[in-house]
Amino acid sequence: MAGGKEITTKIRSIENTRKVTSALEMVSASKIRKSQDLMAETRPYAKMIRRVMGHLSKARPEYRHPFTMGREQTNKVGYIIVSTDRGLCGGLNTNLFKMILADMAEWKSKGADVSAVTLGKKASAFFKNIKVDIAAHASDLGEKPQIEDLIGSIKVMLDAYRKEEIDLVYIVYNRFENTMSQKPVLEQLLPLPETDDDEVQDIWDYIYEPDAETLLDTVITRYIEADVYHAVLENLASEHAARMIAMKNATENAGELIDELTLVFNKARQAAITQEISEIVGGAAAV
Amino acid sequence: MQCDIVSARKTVYSGEAKLIVAPGAAGELGITPRHAPLMTTLLPGAVRVIEPDGKEVPVLIGGGIIEVMPHMVTVLADSAARAHDFDESAARRAKERAQRVIDGTGGASEGMDIAEAKIMLKDTIEQLRALDRWRKQVEHRK
Repeated sequence: MAGGKEITTKIRSIENTRKVTSALEMVSASKIRKSQDLMAETRPYAKMIRRVMGHLSKARPEYRHPFTMGREQTNKVGYIIVSTDRGLCGGLNTNLFKMILADMAEWKSKGADVSAVTLGKKASAFFKNIKVDIAAHASDLGEKPQIEDLIGSIKVMLDAYRKEEIDLVYIVYNRFENTMSQKPVLEQLLPLPETDDDEVQDIWDYIYEPDAETLLDTVITRYIEADVYHAVLENLASEHAARMIAMKNATENAGELIDELTLVFNKARQAAITQEISEIVGGAAAV
Repeated sequence: MQCDIVSARKTVYSGEAKLIVAPGAAGELGITPRHAPLMTTLLPGAVRVIEPDGKEVPVLIGGGIIEVMPHMVTVLADSAARAHDFDESAARRAKERAQRVIDGTGGASEGMDIAEAKIMLKDTIEQLRALDRWRKQVEHRK
């Protein structure tokens, strides 16, 4: 029997792989739900802080915070890159990095320098490899990322912007559209994009404690943190969705492979039997 | 007066209130309807919401921002105490992690440094104190 034993070993090993991939698929499927719930939980805070920001911009039109003012010349661009800690999630990270590289190349051709803050191990490994300056890093955020774990990395970028070391900050992450599709997006974080409601009806102002600048600074910082936090959660949901799809495909491929190999195995077995019978018949005829 | 208390992770409280007592940065604040517009940072502690029927709801916060409008109060609560030196130490550690990535010495040990421990201690003490105050008040009323 030609290679019968080898084929059965192969089939068994693929069966084991299939068990692993289908388990991973089911785990990811349940995690998508949880990460979507997390995303929904952060929505009220985002809504409220946006409302407060709106009120603030109307109340104090004469004071402009540095974060709201664009620079004339862009010498250095900062990227906050949200990636995953683990692999096996299809082309999720690769597609994201491709987009970043294209954008970085564009800025470099204009003579601007680039710098990155990486969230997640995949981004740090990739951008270290191609020698991009990494200003700060955070990883192991887990299934329930805490905003406290991100504060440090965000502050590094904000400080650099304040000191005019960086003139433009982008945030890059995978947006969760639905289970089947995740879209890499690049959004401008600083300077804050202009708000559209510019008609000031009546002039009024808050009583500030301690003072307007400090408060505005706190509110804007919290706003940016909430923004980045939301991006991390979007990316987390995308990661699980992408992993589920990748594992689903892998499970299906394993099934197909097993079917093919079983066919080969049966053919080989049948050939061996036929050969044996013809040998016996041939032997009997010779006697 | 509409009162909304939100933290990064959830809506903590949302409803009508006739009085709100909050630990403002410059002292305790008592807010009744038609208060002048006010905005201030909050210290770690308890925000007490008194509902129209006199029921008191205490909400523990780790600091944050309060925005008072004549008919609306919004509390943006931080889930943990934040202070300048806390943020500084967090930033420093993020930079150190980046350095480790670059050097390729990715050690798993990431100890808490003193600034952080101090803040956490302060946070805990403040919250305990607020809880204690509230408990005493409840007993007092009995």
